[in-house]
Amino acid sequence: MDLQTTYLGLTLAHPVMPGASPMVDHLDMVRRLEDAGASAITMHSLFEEQITREQLGMVYHMELLDHGSAEALSYFPHADEFRLGPHDYLEQIRRIKEAVRIPVIASLNGTTAEGWLEYARLIQHAGADALEINVYHVATDPRESGQAVERRVVDIARTVKESTSLPVSVKLSPFYSSVAHLAGQLDALGVEGLVLFNRFYQPDIDLAELNVVPSLSLSSSQDLLLRLRWLAVLYGRVSATLAVTGGVHSPLDVLKAVMAGASAVQTVSSLLKNGPGHIRTLVDGVRAWLEEHEYESLRQALGSMGLERSPNAAAFERANYMRVLNAWQSTGR
Amino acid sequence: MTRSQLTIDGNEAVASVAHRTNEVIAIYPITPSSNMGEWADEWSAKGKKNIWGTIPQVTEMQSEAGAAGAVHGALQAGSLTTTFTAAQGLLLMIPNMYKIAGELTSFCMHVSARTVATHALSIFGDHSDVMACRQTGFALMASGSVQEAHDFAAIGQLATLRSRVPFLHFFDGFRTSHEVQKITEISNDELRALLPDDLIAAHRGRALTPDRPLLRGTAQNPDAFFQAREACNRYYMDCASHVEAAMDRFAEITGRRYGLADYVGHPAAERVIVLMGTGAEVAHETVEWLLARDEKVGVVKVRLYRPFPVDQFVAALPATVKALAVLDRTKEPGSIGEPLYMDVVTALREARDRGVSSLKADPVVIGGRYGLSSKEFTPSMVKGVFDELATSKPKNHFTIGIMDDVTHLSLPYDLDLDIEPEEVRRSVFFGLGADGTVGANKNSIKIIGEETDNFAQGYFVYDSKKAGAITISHLRFGPKPIRSSYLVKRASFVACHQYEFMDRLDVLGCAASGGVFLLNSPFDPDEVWDELSRDVQEQILEKRLEFYVIDAYKVARDAGMGTRINTVMQTCFFAISGVLPRDEAIGQIKKAIEKTYGKRGPEVVAKNFAAVDQTLEHLYKVKVPSAASATRQMPPIVSDAAPDFVKRVTAVMLANKGDLLPVSAFSVDGTWPTSTARWEKRNIAQDIPVWDPAICIQCNKCMLVCPHAAIRVKVYEPELLAGAPETFKAMDFKGNEFKGLKYTIQVAPEDCTGCTLCAVVCPAKDKANPKHKSLDMHPQRPLREPERENFAFFLGIPEVDRSKVKQDVKGVQFFQPLFEYSGACVGCGETPYVKLMTQLFGDRAIIANATGCSSIYGGNLPTTPFAVNADGRGPTWSNSLFEDNAEFGFGFRLAVDKHREQAAELLTRMASQLGDTLVDGLLASDQYSEAGIIEQRERVAALRQKLAAIATADAKRLALLADYLVRKSIWIVGGDGWAYDIGYGGLDHVLAMGRDVNILVLDTEVYSNTGGQQSKATPLGASARFAMAGKPTPKKDLGMMAMVYGNTYVAHVAFGSKDVQTVRAFVEADAYPGPSLIIAYSHCIAHGYDLACGLEQQKLAVDTGYWPLYRFDPRRMATGQSPLVLDSPAPKADLSKYMNNEARFRVVEQMDRDRYKALLADAQREVATRFSVYEQLSKLAVPVPAPKP
Repeated sequence: MDLQTTYLGLTLAHPVMPGASPMVDHLDMVRRLEDAGASAITMHSLFEEQITREQLGMVYHMELLDHGSAEALSYFPHADEFRLGPHDYLEQIRRIKEAVRIPVIASLNGTTAEGWLEYARLIQHAGADALEINVYHVATDPRESGQAVERRVVDIARTVKESTSLPVSVKLSPFYSSVAHLAGQLDALGVEGLVLFNRFYQPDIDLAELNVVPSLSLSSSQDLLLRLRWLAVLYGRVSATLAVTGGVHSPLDVLKAVMAGASAVQTVSSLLKNGPGHIRTLVDGVRAWLEEHEYESLRQALGSMGLERSPNAAAFERANYMRVLNAWQSTGR
Repeated sequence: MTRSQLTIDGNEAVASVAHRTNEVIAIYPITPSSNMGEWADEWSAKGKKNIWGTIPQVTEMQSEAGAAGAVHGALQAGSLTTTFTAAQGLLLMIPNMYKIAGELTSFCMHVSARTVATHALSIFGDHSDVMACRQTGFALMASGSVQEAHDFAAIGQLATLRSRVPFLHFFDGFRTSHEVQKITEISNDELRALLPDDLIAAHRGRALTPDRPLLRGTAQNPDAFFQAREACNRYYMDCASHVEAAMDRFAEITGRRYGLADYVGHPAAERVIVLMGTGAEVAHETVEWLLARDEKVGVVKVRLYRPFPVDQFVAALPATVKALAVLDRTKEPGSIGEPLYMDVVTALREARDRGVSSLKADPVVIGGRYGLSSKEFTPSMVKGVFDELATSKPKNHFTIGIMDDVTHLSLPYDLDLDIEPEEVRRSVFFGLGADGTVGANKNSIKIIGEETDNFAQGYFVYDSKKAGAITISHLRFGPKPIRSSYLVKRASFVACHQYEFMDRLDVLGCAASGGVFLLNSPFDPDEVWDELSRDVQEQILEKRLEFYVIDAYKVARDAGMGTRINTVMQTCFFAISGVLPRDEAIGQIKKAIEKTYGKRGPEVVAKNFAAVDQTLEHLYKVKVPSAASATRQMPPIVSDAAPDFVKRVTAVMLANKGDLLPVSAFSVDGTWPTSTARWEKRNIAQDIPVWDPAICIQCNKCMLVCPHAAIRVKVYEPELLAGAPETFKAMDFKGNEFKGLKYTIQVAPEDCTGCTLCAVVCPAKDKANPKHKSLDMHPQRPLREPERENFAFFLGIPEVDRSKVKQDVKGVQFFQPLFEYSGACVGCGETPYVKLMTQLFGDRAIIANATGCSSIYGGNLPTTPFAVNADGRGPTWSNSLFEDNAEFGFGFRLAVDKHREQAAELLTRMASQLGDTLVDGLLASDQYSEAGIIEQRERVAALRQKLAAIATADAKRLALLADYLVRKSIWIVGGDGWAYDIGYGGLDHVLAMGRDVNILVLDTEVYSNTGGQQSKATPLGASARFAMAGKPTPKKDLGMMAMVYGNTYVAHVAFGSKDVQTVRAFVEADAYPGPSLIIAYSHCIAHGYDLACGLEQQKLAVDTGYWPLYRFDPRRMATGQSPLVLDSPAPKADLSKYMNNEARFRVVEQMDRDRYKALLADAQREVATRFSVYEQLSKLAVPVPAPKP
């Protein structure tokens, strides 16, 4: 069965790959993922703060007290060469590229179209095959309009597109007033891919300490449904290739995503739960299902349930909502 | 040939030559020479090679004595070797210097000459250290400027190789070592041309080697020693000519010519001054000015002081000279005169006797002292000396630069004389240590020095505080080389980078008429005038100053630079001073930013660029009104309630006018009153804590962690609240021990440094709004007035009855701290321990304090933080040296015990007169509780009453000793540099002696005071000076070494992790009848993180096993228990959690990730091993000693 797919201009043996996570920080894990059949490696994100805070923080803490006292003109030896955190990231790209044959997609995570995006160029230089940008922005500022929130994403994408010739994908969250419009704007910039969707960390509350504490739970197949809708909505309307992330746990999840329009399927939670070998399970399951259902290739299924092709496209739109509500009401009685 | 120009300070200039012309460098840090060793270390760490293509080996030793030993060894084994030192450090090298000279060893060392501690320590410059070496057989060579220091470092190296006499090259500490000047660099080619291979081969040929075995260092007897000692004479006789030859060769190569004694002045001068060092440059400048006014004067700059070049010196003098003044930058009490004076007198006499003098007549020769401890030496003083020489009977043994109203030795001089030419642009900047002012100015000098044809000079004055230190930068730029090695007196540009100074310092006193004044002001350009005091307004008007303001903190904040206003203020300087065309200057600033921060990443560069750009938009010229309008004058420096001494002396020093104090203002022996810090109101906190009693749980932790005793708690009778200020807060005490009493937490608003530790530690959160705690930080300015009043009221509330307080964490905080408002860093991790000690034992404590941070914040003038209680009792404190502190404190114990013993003997003898009950009570008293101490004090008072009525000699003697019947607590306090390194031998001996002393080691794991050099307390994996790539060896386990004696109480504490254990350890240490050692984890700015997180880091240090908590009490062995009790559980977090938070570790990761990982793994193993060993020790069963028959 031909499972080939094209994502970000890269021809992949099949759509299943690990999503961005700390899993790929260790080279042996990267090798195990390749051995398990991953079609590409998505790297752990390099965060804007890692770049800016690392640079500013080290200068601040090491030089704050320079020239402050007659006896101590400074407190640290001044090294000529600093290999800041991001430098290590670039090193990691090189190492992974050397270690595996599959494409490597680097990832940048930030919220401002500023100096840190210079790393897009360095990432290309380090040998990555593509770059995913994750605009993880929690819009908490009441003065920032929805339009401005979207503009951030577009500005970042534009800056990145200008500084690199790598294929670029943008990882979106579902929390925009018009996901389709934003996708259209990004598409117009020429981004090669859109990744649906980011999962936000949901902070928890520590009752004893009256503190807010970060928490992260693994996704479930339930999370996939939201993504399926938007894949279907965007498929065929944008020329960028689509990827899904969040909620893919079983071969059937992969198939649904592909049919909704995903050229690539990223998974993290299922790998954390089942180990890297789960990639093979997913791929084998997809192959078996397609064979069983006598598909010619995966491509045949790609986007088949998209808004433009789906037999009951309205289900992805408002009508679906009404029907579900009605169903709920009827079962509720 | 174009020569490379550098704009660097004297230390770098010297180290640059020394590093390139040596193979082995052994050093020990000491101000102001530390930077030379640090440069050498840094260059070697970065792989910089010497002129023969090899990287010099740089090693830090445990003391200067150790460094000298290592140097001696390396020299004997044939290496080209050097060292750098000063002051006490140089004195520690003296024994080896005799050896090195006695063995005629080619060696050139470099000394940034510093005052030797006498009645007081001083880090500043004079020649008292060098003069203590003139008998060692070393050649002594003086340079007087940054260029000369650079040059003489090379000349000294050649001269020693030629002559075999070892050389001590010295230059003025701070004035040259820390002055930044534009100089011409000696290239590697020039150095290679200067130092011939055959001389180096000869040095190597004299090395000890088993391949050509010989023996040096014999013990000789009366038959041989004397003659053998004289055998070296020829080398000393030839030495001066070797130096001359070296200077000639240097001139051939570089074009810069020096003589052994250089004369500048009128060819027929009648009055001549003789001196060495930077003073000679000031005299040179003044002589040129006087020559232009037809005065027949001159100056001899003595370059080679030992062996004293009699012939060359006399030849340098014009034959016409009638009167000579010889100036020494040192003092030798009891001598006929200071050393250079005596040498000159002797030289003149010898030259005349030998008939080599061409002088027409015997001149009058007077000697005088100047410039001790970097006291200013200015052209007006030089002129004062020349004026004295013109009198019919010039005063001998004079002083210049001070007012001696006691012995009247000082010469008068014209304070207002200003000889500096208009072409020299002069600027003065007032800043804070932490605001980057000095760094920015160094940057500006580099820009002007290296990017224009101008010569540039920068000198930086620091006050002695660590938190909120005032820095004053003095900058000069001009078309000719600058010899003015004194502070700028008239500046065409004055900048005040801290608004608060306008009410504390005479900022505009140095402003020249028509100059420019730049003020960093939180007030808008149209408001600022009305905020200034009348004194300042009048100065601006009188001097017709152009007045500019900028809110630099706002600009810096908006540009993402936090509180670093350096770039903003530097941009202002270039924008309005006119030193360079504005656009060119801005371009140069950006270039400098790129150069400095480019390697640190684009983000830092971008933020600095943003600051530059935004500065110009926010810099405003103030429209100065035609008349002063303010009704308020500058506030008094200290309150009117201050004691007379504080008003008369301390306040003058606080106003930065200490130079004006006469000799009579000071004690004759260095004694100083304690408890003066309370009168200095520095107002350095931006935010201070505000207490909300509604949610306070009265844990008192805020007071425990406060490094400056600026937040206090009291319990008191409710009626004492009568007359309290309106905003004074109080609540009912919540526990049983003080039921019915009121409770208050009060901040000292003007003494708080804003470190936030109290607010961080506060556990009491508002349930409806957990962001709000019982202590929150709020802006200080609006709170200053009301809280000042509240604090004054609070201080008036009587202290708690000590006998009623339980000595636990909470209770102890009701004890009055007798250590307050020190100059320690914001958030200091050491001072909470010192404060705790004074709360517990301060009224009966004698403190011996090793030199270091704690001696600086503990005893550096102008103010003294150790305080007294209402009875007038408090800690008495002294600093002897760095290396001898354990022995010094041990001496206290010997004396106190002897006093007590004699008092006891007298009591016994006088029992019949005094009454057995009183005597028995006094001798058998249990003084291990506060109540016991109080009762004993009452008995002593009763004793005194009785003694007053007895007129015998015994009664008088006993009256003198009676106070020693109250138990004294001896505290030996110092840092890890002292305890682990330089003072370890003494500390070890004192432990072994078994006497009752308490040793508090404030362990910051690095030499904090001198700028972060590694000590043996530095942990594995940390980057420090001399361990830049990360220390590969583990921290020395001082606690374990002390435990081995079996007689020592040892505690390992960290107050931020487990304060209960800390307090318990202090109480047990004092009560333990033998030696006690408390090793106290002290977070420190040298660890490289925001100290507001210090407590959190302490917790992590303990949780990761990095800093296990324990107490080792030998008394437990009596019952068969292990003496060691572990107070912290097995490590429960990964060590990386701790290490990743601190720049000292992270920087290793950034330089070499693999090395960091390896070091981290080693450190993790080390932590596990140590803990396991402790754990096993804590489970030991100890045989119970058999009862004595």
